[in-house]
Formats: sequence, structure tokens, C-alpha cells
Amino acid sequence: MQYIAKSAASNELHSVNTTCAYCGVGCGIQATVNVERREVLVQGDDSHPSSQGRLCSKGASLGDTLSLQSRLLYPQVNGQRVSWDEAIDTLGSRFQKIIQQHGPDAVAFYGSGQLLTEDYYVANKLMKGFIGSANIDTNSRLCMSSAVAGHKRAFGSDTVPTCYDDIDHANLIVLVGSNTAWCHPIIFQRIRAAKERNPDMKVVVIDPRETATCDIADLHLALRSTTDVALFNGLLVHLAQGDALDQEFIGDRTIGFFDALEAAKRDMPDIAAVSACTELDHEKVKQFYQWFLNEPRSLTLYSQGVKQSSSGVDKVNAILNCHLATGRIGKPGMGPLSLTGQPNAMGGREVGGLANQLAAHMEITDDTHRDRVARFWQTSSLADKPGLAAVDLFEAIAAGRIKAIWIMATNPVVSMPDADRVKEALKKCELVVVSDCVANTDTLDLADIKLPAQGWSEKDGMVTNSERYISHQRALLPPAGEAKPDWWIISRVAQRMGYGHAFDYQHQVEIFREHAALSGFENNSGFGERDFDISGLAEISLADYQAFKPTQWPINKTYPAGRKRMFEDQLFYTTDRKARFIALSYQKPKNVTDAQYPLVLNTGRLRDQWHTMTRSALAPRLNQHRPEPFVEVHPEDAVVHGLEDGEIAHLRSAWGQMYARINVRDTQRKGDVFVPMHWSEQYAKKGRMGALVNPVVDALSGQPESKHTPVAIRPFHAAWHGFLMTRVSVEDLALAYQVKVVAEDYYRYELAAIKTPRDWLTWLKDKLHGQLKDDMEWQQYHDAGAGVFRVAVYQHARLMLVFCASSTASEPMLPSRNWLGSLFMRPEITAFERRSVLAGMASGSQEDQGVTVCACYGVGEKAICRLIEEQSLSCYQQVGASCKAGTNCGSCIPEIKSLISQVRKKETAD
Amino acid sequence: MKQKLVVIGNGMAGMKVVEELIAAKPDMYDITVFGAEPFGNYNRIMLSPVLCGEKNIDEIMIHDLAWYQGNNITLYAGSEKEVIKIDRKAQSVYSKDGTTAQYDRLLIATGSRPYVLPIEGSTLEGVLAFRDIYDVNKMISYAKTTRRAVVLGGGLLGLEAANGLRAQGMDVTVVHSQPYLLNRQLDEPAARLLQAELESRGVKFVFEERTKVLHGDASGRVVSVEFESKLALPCDLFVMAIGVRPNIALAQSAGIFCEQGVVVDDTLQTYDPKVYAVGECVQHRGDTFGLVAPLFEQAKVCANQLGLHGVARYQTLPAATRLKVSGIHIFSVGQVNEDESCELIRFSDPAAGIYKKLLLRGGHLVGAVLYGDTDDGAYYQSLLEGRVAINDCRHALVFGRALAEQTQHADINDPIDVQQGEVA
Repeated sequence: MQYIAKSAASNELHSVNTTCAYCGVGCGIQATVNVERREVLVQGDDSHPSSQGRLCSKGASLGDTLSLQSRLLYPQVNGQRVSWDEAIDTLGSRFQKIIQQHGPDAVAFYGSGQLLTEDYYVANKLMKGFIGSANIDTNSRLCMSSAVAGHKRAFGSDTVPTCYDDIDHANLIVLVGSNTAWCHPIIFQRIRAAKERNPDMKVVVIDPRETATCDIADLHLALRSTTDVALFNGLLVHLAQGDALDQEFIGDRTIGFFDALEAAKRDMPDIAAVSACTELDHEKVKQFYQWFLNEPRSLTLYSQGVKQSSSGVDKVNAILNCHLATGRIGKPGMGPLSLTGQPNAMGGREVGGLANQLAAHMEITDDTHRDRVARFWQTSSLADKPGLAAVDLFEAIAAGRIKAIWIMATNPVVSMPDADRVKEALKKCELVVVSDCVANTDTLDLADIKLPAQGWSEKDGMVTNSERYISHQRALLPPAGEAKPDWWIISRVAQRMGYGHAFDYQHQVEIFREHAALSGFENNSGFGERDFDISGLAEISLADYQAFKPTQWPINKTYPAGRKRMFEDQLFYTTDRKARFIALSYQKPKNVTDAQYPLVLNTGRLRDQWHTMTRSALAPRLNQHRPEPFVEVHPEDAVVHGLEDGEIAHLRSAWGQMYARINVRDTQRKGDVFVPMHWSEQYAKKGRMGALVNPVVDALSGQPESKHTPVAIRPFHAAWHGFLMTRVSVEDLALAYQVKVVAEDYYRYELAAIKTPRDWLTWLKDKLHGQLKDDMEWQQYHDAGAGVFRVAVYQHARLMLVFCASSTASEPMLPSRNWLGSLFMRPEITAFERRSVLAGMASGSQEDQGVTVCACYGVGEKAICRLIEEQSLSCYQQVGASCKAGTNCGSCIPEIKSLISQVRKKETAD
Repeated sequence: MKQKLVVIGNGMAGMKVVEELIAAKPDMYDITVFGAEPFGNYNRIMLSPVLCGEKNIDEIMIHDLAWYQGNNITLYAGSEKEVIKIDRKAQSVYSKDGTTAQYDRLLIATGSRPYVLPIEGSTLEGVLAFRDIYDVNKMISYAKTTRRAVVLGGGLLGLEAANGLRAQGMDVTVVHSQPYLLNRQLDEPAARLLQAELESRGVKFVFEERTKVLHGDASGRVVSVEFESKLALPCDLFVMAIGVRPNIALAQSAGIFCEQGVVVDDTLQTYDPKVYAVGECVQHRGDTFGLVAPLFEQAKVCANQLGLHGVARYQTLPAATRLKVSGIHIFSVGQVNEDESCELIRFSDPAAGIYKKLLLRGGHLVGAVLYGDTDDGAYYQSLLEGRVAINDCRHALVFGRALAEQTQHADINDPIDVQQGEVA
């Protein structure tokens, strides 16, 4: 599909292959660029092996996120615009001063899976190699550090054994803790396609929630949150009892099986024990175990539901144990695959961007490794111990032990657990430096020094996806304002701090060559082999770098064209080259529910948003699917806690609070509530889920337990609900509940408050003071008895603003937001139409589309339902043929199918 | 043998009775009509377009002379045919010129007279009412020769007169004793919109003034008006439009019981069983009448009774107001000013010149004031008269019939987008 961000003049276009800015699937993009107009047409790149031409709604909307309006364009120190020289001088000298006074561990970097490999490499090198502290951690800590630790425990290295092609060869796909349909839509499409081709394929979804991913599930195991280890321990026992073990592989190529099996037996002697612990139906567990036992081509894909846990590493190893026990690794169609959340989380792992890593898959705790890296970097001040992982790092800031932090390309005030404490810590911190491509984030708002980094479309370098494909993410447009590549900024600071000799890079290719060289440095049997080796690229020419085609590492003499699958040779990266079983037992979460906090909070991603929405929310059509932070609640819990669907809930944990729109859903497990992870204060006043999440981490990986926090929930008793739509964004309206939604031609604010203004019109005019003009024409509708107040403002027949409020004393009456929103697209409203604008609905032929289902083609729910009804459509393919919905990224297909069954159900009832 | 029906008054109410009667019982009566104006029956409420020059007398004629002939109605029209006496014993009426008619049933439809302020100067030349085609013709001729007009009364008639005189090119000032225009038909916000519109057309307004005296020149022509506040306005034409009084002198002289008007019961019968009365001359259950709708309703009931169906009963319903000024749309019905027992729905769009107010009590519409957009006036009136429960369309009611009826079939509430379409 082609999506044109804005109409582009065809004669000035050029085409560039690059990669998507979002998740770890790492889809290829073919961008058609009009440099002069800063317009980019985004299409899937057919030649990229990972995505084969497909893009999801987020990737397809990248062209809509490139406006300069929201960008950070110039360096700033204490709110004042300064030159780059001054910014770097200030940063360098203040860092140096703090290091001189308090030592290197008084400073820290907090990076991101959004950084390119070259950026990441330089940051890591500066902190660990020259500042001499390992206080560099990254948001990847929140995302995949449990997979890293689990891999290392089992394989002796952070190695992803499998590749996406294994999906096509598998007969059983187990999705654990992953809403693949929404979070990794292109993987999901690939599974769906494989399943359609292979009728024997079974898909098992293991997730406490019934998500869109269950659409293709043959079996859904809605296990009790955190009990994955019990389920996979039980599987290991079952495999042993069912004689499904690969005894030869276990005997020759692994160590620790007996202990692991004994531990599993003690933990989960039989299915009854599993059923009791996981609260799963006995037969369902048995079914899963039987399928896994009988199917050699079993592929297990797992994501945050596994990793974001205080026993995240154990969960990873519980899965790996089962694959090792059956020898299902290193062969087509089988093995474990960790789905990473960020475009370059893998690249970050490769350079050693985590505080407990060194570089190029070498260990900071290993003297040989340290010595080697020190020699390679020619430094005498290499850090000699692990630094602080994310949660501890921000705790150290709060405690004043870390006095300067440089945050790059991430938004910890939103994404960290106990996020209010992170916010307070940053407020108190002596020096906060933030590099980012956007002008406002909750974190950036606390920065002393703001550095404009290049964003996707401007920066240029390498990224690695979940299946080890290294791809070149290419610059499409000239930098916005004075934005610079992150590697340039870091290198300049390094030079200012006196490390010029080691950071004298003129081009990112020089950094990449050094990174590649380090990966191959003393990497052979004589020194002990490391999995990550791209020494084949150590002398890559600039031309080859620029023309680099996606290749799976390792890339070296043995595998000059890359290696599709790891461990085919059954050689692992432990000293004895054997894999390790880990003896495990189910561990309860650190914090459990009690009378005060009776529900379990689960957090996660939505289909059309990305992380903290700093970029995805700039694309209006991505904001239509789920416009507000919400909380999903099981119907019985809703009754117990007095919650009404569509109203607002107040959630509270021991750490913080948030407001969210109530979504009563029987797809939610009783006792669990779910909130999306995305909203920041830029969009929702109290919609940051991070404030609620307990600052509990896995002891081995340091990854926070973001999927399990005890919370309390109660209805928010607002006096009125309402919304404001306006062409000009407004500041804080000082209401208890305020959520901003960016739409195509306007901003929408969902509002609620506990106090009703005495005089609505005066109140509103006062709030909107800044944007009112004399030639604006006000229209108002007021039904005091029903508690309804609405205003529309026009300027030269153009609709400028709509405000609708409804008292909650009676049934809240708010008109259709979609219909009103559609009026903002019109250059003018006729005098006749204007009479019924505040009725909030079309009369006669104009039809309401409903909430967006297909973000790619902008098709709404009501429109789809009408088509289903009128044309008697019975499958999603017919819907696609009729209105194109679902025919691009396909991630709305589960919703379309659900609408078909809803309409059918309704018809049967009628 | 046919019975004899005599109708005194060739106006809209009386002729409506005749029209209804001959439609229902064409052969029941020999009908004789006396009218003091030398025309057939014209539509008095269309006088204001005539004044504006938008229509002429022929265009506002409801029943021309041929109609009377065609229906075998004897019409005595002209000032000399004005009835001056009713002899109830003889069941006869007598006109100024001695024309006599006998009746079995008599219908009094003598209408009303403009109220003339009993002040000094009220008989000066150039002091007029706005009641009939004579008044209109006089005003038009004044407009051709003089410049300054003062209209006393900011009611419907006064405003129509003012607008008409302005259209004829006069410099017009309306003097109203109340703080805002049409104070019985509109609330203040609507009245201010109306005032602004008329001001934009060049009409001037003076509020809360009481007229003290009219001054004339030596030739007896009015030259100025002086108010209690000492304010004085020069004028060449002074139009009194401060209401009408039922024209009851003839009925009274015949001994028919009258109070403010000729007192009738629900069948429009007077205290004399042979004598009926309809229109602006009557008083029914304490009310007198000035708008056309109840008059027509009375006429239908009266015709039903005269036709010996004898089943219809007249009941006064809230009357709707419309102002006959082109380009200005006003509608009101029922209660116009809220009290503590009312709930209000208000819609306003001042720039578009639209204001609407609905008054609700106990889930029913009890009043509506519309300015600028009166398309749904009749709809509101039907809801009000029918005491239709409006709870299920309340939220679209002010936006008119189409949307209100749409909501009765669909839930317009769209509580929140996120709750829809979640994947099951």
C-alpha cells in the first residue's frame, strides 16, 4: 500500500531504503523523499527479508511524524538558546567538575533502544572506557534485559538462536506474554499467513488477557499473572514423563538437566499442581503439553509478559529448558525467539550498552575481557565493575549519589516504574542533560541542558532487529534546525573532556568499523570464541556501508554473508561449549495483592502507539484507535468496585496514581486490570502508568516487574464530563482529568472535573483566553436541567472550536466526537449546517464513521458494520474487498472479525 | 324552508364561519353579510406587506365579491351598510342606510377597534391607528409627503407599522413603554436581537417612555410628541399601535351580555341563544383575542354549532406569535418567560442571528421562543398542544424536528470512543 503523507511534487523525488523507527521486528521501508518539501512517502521495502514489503499502521504513518513543529531545534542551557559550542562546553565542564569532586560514579548516561549502533557504541565507550564508570544503562533494561540474562545463563552468550523464517517451518507456535497482533504486527501477519498455508499448524497464546492475538489461537491459556515458570516447569516434567526428551542432545551438549528436572518436579509434580498454581483449566494445560510433546517443530515467541517480571530471567530459562530438553534448537522451525520492543535494542546489546555489560558481548566482570577492551580502546581508565541498572540508577539520583545524568532518546519520567519518584529525582538532580528529537517530553521538561538530536529520517547508521539482522537506517532529510547525530554530540563532549584522541570520528562509518573490529578482536578459539562477531565489516568501505544490505550477524570469515540460525552446530558459548539447564521454581511476585490493593495491574502496548507517544501521537490517524488512557476491568470486578463502562476510574498503588477511562471487558482476567503504557503528561494529565508501577526488579536482570503491581481502583466521581476540540492547542485547563488527542485538523481534549463552573461561558472564555479573537462567533447550547452545555466557535464560517460538557448527575449526554471532528476538515460550515452543529450528529445523508478500526485506510467501526450488514459480508477478506479495511498492515483484522461476529450476533437476535 | 343566518362583520373570523358552514351544510341557511368596508374579505394580517409595498389589496383578498355571489350570499358592504341596531325581539338587524335583514341565527363578528390613548392631541391630523386598509393607505400617502414618523407601541402591530413606514422611506422611531420589544411574546434576549435587526434597518427606539401630549400646528396637524420625561420627538405622522379593544358597542346596545367583549360560552353562543359571536369582539372564559389562530378555531366550532352538529367545543390553546416583517423570523408559543418551576433549553448564535429557548415543565414543552430560525415553530406548537412527553428527544429538541425524531429512534449519546469496538 502506498501512503502519501502529503502530496508531493513528483519531479523532485528520490527513493531510499531504510528501516522503521519503531519496534524490534525491524521492517524495511522504501521511502520516496521530497527533500525540499520535507515530505516522505513510506512504503514497505519488498527486498527487506524481515518484513518482505509489509508495514504496520505505525510504520506506514511515519511520514506524518516529520513536522518541524514539535521538534527541538536548538541547544538550550537553562531555557536559553545557546550555540553548540557553548552547550558542549557547559556539559563537558560540568560533568568534569562533578567527576573531579565526586568520582566517575557520580555521573551516568541513560540511553535507549532508539539510538543507532554507532551512537550507542560511542556513548558506551565514553562512559565505560574513559569516564571510567559503568553507569550507563538504557531503556532496553525495561524491555529485554531478562532475555539477555536468560540467554547468557543458558547459552553462555546473549544469542538469539532463531529467525523469522522459522515461523514458516513451525507446526506449533507458542506465543508467551506477547500481544503480537498489536505489538509486533508484521510478525503476527507472518504467523497468520503461515497458519493459513499450513492447516496443521497450531497456535497457543499464553497470556492472562484475551488479546487481539488470540484471534489466531487454537488454544488460549489465560494463566494467572506471573506463573509462567510453573507452566513451563510443568511442561518440562510432562516432556520427561512423556518420553519426549532428546537424551543424546541432553547428554552430549548440555549440563544440569537432572537438577533442573528435579527442581521442576518438586515445583510442579503434575498437571494438577500446574493447574492449581496457574489457575488454568486442567484439560487446557494438558492439551498444550500434548501438542508441545508431539511436535518437534515448536517455536516459542515471547515478549514483555515474560521479561517484565521479578522472575523474568527464570521465565526465560523455563522456556529455554524445554527447548534444550527436546533438543529443539538450531534447526528450522524450532527454538525460542525473544521479541524485542525497540528498533535497536539488539544493537545496544551488541555494543554493551547495559551497565552490566562491557562491549561486543564481553563481560565487565571478566578480567580478560576488560584487559582486552582496554587494550583495544587504548585506555587506562576502563570501568572495573558493573554500573547501576535503570531502577537503581534513578534511585541513586534520588539519593544524591549520582549528581549528573545524561538521558538520550528516551523518556524515563513516563516509562520507568515508580515514575513519580523518577520525576522527583530528576527535579533534585544537580545536572540533567537530555538529548531528544522532540521539543517537549515529560523528561525533557526537567532538563538543564537540552540537546537537539536528529530524528528518524535524518540520522544515519546501523540497527539490529530481533532476528540479528543488521540493517542500514538511512538519512532521508536534512537535519531539523541545528539537530546533530547522537554520536557527534557524544564525541564532541568526549573531546571537550579531554578524550579527543579516542573520539576523533569524522563519519559514523568510522565508528562502525571500530565496533566491527572490536567484535572480532581476539575472538577465536585461542582466546575463547564470542558469538557476536562482525569482523567481516571491520574494513567496510564508505560505499559498501552506504549500500549495506540487511545481513544477520555473525558476519566474519566463517559466515561472510551472515548466519541465519545459531547453534546448528550445537556449540554454545560457555567455556565447555555446552548449554546449561537452570533449576527453577515458581516465585511469587515481590508485591502481592491485599485488602488495600486488591487488584493486579498489568501494563502494555496498544496497536497504534509507540512508547511514550512522542512521535506516534504526531500522526493523527494513530490517535483514533484508542484516543485515551483506559483501564480494562473484568465485569465482575467492575461490579465489586462500582465501575461503569465509559466513565473514569482512579487507580492507586502504594507508589502513585492515575486516571483512566473504564473499559469493562470479559477478555480481562478477573482480578487483573490492564492499562496502556503510553500516555505522558504531554497528553494526559494523570495518565502515566509508570507512576503506579512498583519499582521491583528481577534480581538477575534488573528488569522491572511492570506487569504486576497491586492496585486499588475506584470510580472518579466527576461532576461533569466533556470534551474540547480546538484548532489551537491549549495549556493546562486545571481540571482533574484532561487528556489531549492529536487529530488531523484539531486537538481534542477529554475532560472531567469535580466542580461545575457557575457560569459555563465565562469559565470557558477565561480558560481559552489566549486563543480567542474578536472576529470569532460563538454559538452555545445550554440545557441546565439536563446538565448539558455546548459551545461552537466559528471564524469566517470555519469551525474553530467545540466544547461539550455534560453533568454526571443525570445520564451523561455527549455528542459524537467523530462527527464533530469531521467538521474540522471542512473549510467552511454553511449557515444551515451551522444550526445543528451543536446537536453533534449528522442529520440525513451525512453518516458517522465511528471510531477508527483500520488506521491505514481510515475506516471506522460504524462504516464497517454498515457494510457488513448491507452487503452481508461474512469474512474479513470481503470487508477488505469492499472498503480496503485490513488490507494493508492487517493488524485490524481481529477487530474486523469481531465486528462481523457482533453484527451476525445482532442479526440472529433480531 | 331555509333558515336565515345574518352575519355582522365581513372580517376574517366571520367569513371563516361562513366558509366552514357552507362546506358542511351548503343548503341549511340563507346567508346575509354586513360589512363596513367596501371590499370582500381581505386578510388583515397581510396589511403589513401592503404597507411595505410588497403586496397590494387584491393580493391579500381572501374572498372577493364573486365568491359571495357564487355561494348565494347576500353581501352588504360599505360604510353605509354598517349595522347600527339589533332588534332581538324582531330578530332583525338594521344598517345605517336602513337596510334590514331578519335572522333565525345571528353571528356577531364585529372585531375590534384600535385603542386610542386618551391624551391631548389624539385627534390631530396625522395621528393614526394601524387597523385596516384605510389606515394603510393613509400611511402610504404620508410617507410620500412627510419624513418623520413616531410609532407608539413596540408590539407586533407597532413593529410591523414601523418596519413598513421605514420601508416607505420615513425616518421612524418606535416608542415602547416597556424595557424591551414584544414583551408579551418574547423574552429579552430575543427582543434585543429583534431590536438590533430593526435598528440595522434604520428604525430607532425609545424605551420606557409614557406619552403625555401630542402637539399640533395651526392647521391641526401633528408636529411633535412629548413624553412624561420631557423628552420630545418631532413627527409628521404618529401611529398608535398599543392594542385593540373588542368592538362591543352594537352588542351592548342590543342588551347582549358583555364584559370586556361579548361574552360567549364554549359553543360561541352569547347569552341570547339565537346569537353567536366569534373573533376579536368576544370574551371567552375571561380571555379576549388578537391573533388569528384562535379566531379560526372559534370559527370552526361556531360553524359546527350553527350547522347543528353541536359537538365541537372551543378551548383556548396557547397561541403562536409570528411577526410579519420580511427577513425577520420570530416565533413564540406558550410561556415565554421562565419561572422557578421551569427547565430551560437555550440555543444562541448571535452572529447568525439565531436564538431559541424552550421551556419545559414536568417533561413537557410549555413554551418556545424562536428568533432567526423558526422552521420548527409548528413542531414545538404541536408538542406543546399535544402535551407530548419529550424526554427521549430532549437532547436534540432545540435543533428541530428532524434531529429530535432521529434521536427517538437512536441513542445519540456517544459516551466515549474507547469503549467501542474492543476486540472480543
